[in-house]
Amino acid sequence: MTKPLVDISNLTVGAETDSGRRVKIIKGVSFTVDPGEIVALIGESGSGKTTIALTLMGYARPGCSITGGKVCVGERDVVSMSEKDRQKLRGTDVAYVPQSAAAAFDPSQRLIDQVIEVSDIHKLMPRSEARAKAVDLFRALALPDPEHIGDGYPHQVSGGQLQRLSAAMALIGGPQVVIFDEPTTALDVTTQIEVLRAFKSVMRKGGMAGVYVSHDLAVVAQIADRIIVLKDGVIQEQGTTEEILHNAQHPYTRELLSAFQPAVFASLDSTAKKDDRKKGPVLEVSNIYAGYGSTGRDGLPSALVLKDVSCKLERGQNLGVIGESGSGKSTLARVMAGLLPHARGWVSFDGRELAPQANARSKEELRRMQIVFQLADTALNPSRSIADIVGRPLTFYHGLKGANRENRVIELLDMVRLPKGLLHRLPRELSGGQKQRVNLARALAANPDVILCDEITSALDTVVAAAVMDLLKDLQKELNLSYVFISHDLSTVRSICDQVMVMQSGEMVELLSNSQLPDGARHPYSKLLFASVPQLDTGWLDGLPEDIAGMGSPTENAHDARLRANS
Amino acid sequence: MLKAFSPASHGLHINSTGLLAGLVILFWVVVAIAGPAFAPYAPGDIVDFDFYGPMSAKLWLGSDYLGRDIFSRILLGARYTVGISFAAVTIACFTGVILGMTAAALGGWFDRILSRLMDALLSIPSKLFGLVMVAAIGSSIPVLIGLLAVIYAPGSYRFARALAVNCNTMDYIAVARARGERTPYIILDEIFPNIIGPVLADFGLRFVFIVLLLSGLSFLGLGVQPPNADWGSLVKENIGGLPFAAPAVIAPCLAIASLTISVNLLIDNLPIKIRDRG
Repeated sequence: MTKPLVDISNLTVGAETDSGRRVKIIKGVSFTVDPGEIVALIGESGSGKTTIALTLMGYARPGCSITGGKVCVGERDVVSMSEKDRQKLRGTDVAYVPQSAAAAFDPSQRLIDQVIEVSDIHKLMPRSEARAKAVDLFRALALPDPEHIGDGYPHQVSGGQLQRLSAAMALIGGPQVVIFDEPTTALDVTTQIEVLRAFKSVMRKGGMAGVYVSHDLAVVAQIADRIIVLKDGVIQEQGTTEEILHNAQHPYTRELLSAFQPAVFASLDSTAKKDDRKKGPVLEVSNIYAGYGSTGRDGLPSALVLKDVSCKLERGQNLGVIGESGSGKSTLARVMAGLLPHARGWVSFDGRELAPQANARSKEELRRMQIVFQLADTALNPSRSIADIVGRPLTFYHGLKGANRENRVIELLDMVRLPKGLLHRLPRELSGGQKQRVNLARALAANPDVILCDEITSALDTVVAAAVMDLLKDLQKELNLSYVFISHDLSTVRSICDQVMVMQSGEMVELLSNSQLPDGARHPYSKLLFASVPQLDTGWLDGLPEDIAGMGSPTENAHDARLRANS
Repeated sequence: MLKAFSPASHGLHINSTGLLAGLVILFWVVVAIAGPAFAPYAPGDIVDFDFYGPMSAKLWLGSDYLGRDIFSRILLGARYTVGISFAAVTIACFTGVILGMTAAALGGWFDRILSRLMDALLSIPSKLFGLVMVAAIGSSIPVLIGLLAVIYAPGSYRFARALAVNCNTMDYIAVARARGERTPYIILDEIFPNIIGPVLADFGLRFVFIVLLLSGLSFLGLGVQPPNADWGSLVKENIGGLPFAAPAVIAPCLAIASLTISVNLLIDNLPIKIRDRG
């Protein structure tokens, strides 16, 4: 039996609120990591997984402090260590790969200089040697053109490449333990595969131990040897990946797992009235061209995003729009809502053509189509109370005031399963799931026929997202709504939409009905997209064909070409 | 530093620096309103044969170059310094912030033309502009207020516009637009509550600038005209007393300093609202 490399015992982390109240974030956590083993910390946001991972470097975020327990890396206890010793440890023994590589790189410095900065700080090796090592790491991480990619700047490489470069930055000091903090969460599914694959092979070759923080069970299943399930700063369950996936004991783990199984799709066609169908589609866009920038001589904007997109939304049905970031799906929603006037084509609602711009549409037209944005943090005015936010559409569209308005707001909050105690709270005092429900309640306040949902579950934890999806379905039954559901996540789209439109670089690639998903896809890009969705199966990543990334992803290739042209 | 002053039930907390600064400002505001009623002598009366006289029981802050009571004159000057500056800063910030938010919300031509106009105003050196204008129209209190407001409105406009432009790109503004809201609602109900903090800080800072510019103009003899005097004119009148270390020149300087520094400290230590939920 080997001695564990990392031994955390009875760790507690506390924080102080603005009014001086002390709260416990981590309540006595113990686990070990053996040399060469990858342990995943999984849980919803606020469960303390990042906080635990950071204690491995002896670091607690501002306002927090390690209040008890031991964190041993090798022989030494990081908690009792002096700050100077901890600094020596960081980057050499323990390294960190952050969630957002884009925020972790300095945009004004060359990539290679930032990657080898760790060895410079700790004076590990001469610069030329560090460079050579960095190039080896680039090669091991399957980065294109490893000799020259480091000469570029962060904006010249794609998101997936940047994430691999940040891994190279962590690995350059030859650490014993690497902390991965949700490194693929911000990436598209197709890119995620390459990054995961690169991480896995490099960790396996180097025999390094890792702590992988994630909220995504399917991703963790590909890379981790053991999984620790956390909730509210307490370990709920730990076991090998196979045990957790196939023989989960704790109810919370089961809940996590079940949130992952795509809910069974039940078409509402039978409940929708037959005469509704005859009236034709409730929302239709036809041959839309739209984009940003100044208008050229041909009447098209200089940066064209949508090219000749047409789709229809039948009454009481749902249309899914799926694609990677940059495919123009959110732009389509903005065109429908009139926030971005289209250059060509038309949008019609209930058979009547709509003006391109929202302020040229009638109040009634606006009322019947509402939009819900992805990030409830920015979609809710931070300085207005929940009552004001939800109440405004009631005053604006229906002229409700005073007690009537308040009663209706309480009704709406109840509809989205929120207690009326939240009425006078500010958005920042709510959790992510609660905020998204308020976001939805505001759209419902208008009493609309169509709701445009722009990635509304993407920023939420799996369990919370599943609850929001159930809510959407219930509301649809009660209120006879139709949704345009924009997402990059196939399983959520699949569970609610009658039809799914696949988009790539602003064009419609394929239109599929729910029964054709996912195997009925014909177009190679749709196939790639659907095949890239991680499965709850430890062998899924290894079982994928080697060249899967070569099947599509024009953005990545374009980036490579640009980089080569620059170097 | 003292942690909390006001009861926690109000949810407002201010630290001791902010509190002290607030009290100094309050003191000067009270003096500006009620000060002359407490003045021991009429500000224009020559009460001492000695000029640049020292502090004494009779004349608390000594006498000025004509033998008038400096204490009484400072009490009267507070009214001009605080009053003119406050009126000017209110007008400057009100117009600047409203126009700035409107420009950010509307964008396009309105924004471009207005911004260039404001930039043009901003490019004129403020003291020189003040000198020329006062020389051209003559000095009176309404002219001074208007002049100071015109000089400081463009800065306030720039500041508010920069903040509002950031706000304007947020999704909640997009939601409001998609709902069909008109510009006044977007400006006042969606943008304004989110920029009020920095705008208040800017208000305080601008007040300080205006006090200093007004004192500067008065020092040059273009501000408040004799026999009335604001603090700046008091310094100017008695500058000859400097070699004698006369309190007549030091006291008004201290008055200006205490007011401006206090306003600065208060805006750096504004009371914060703590909402700590269960």
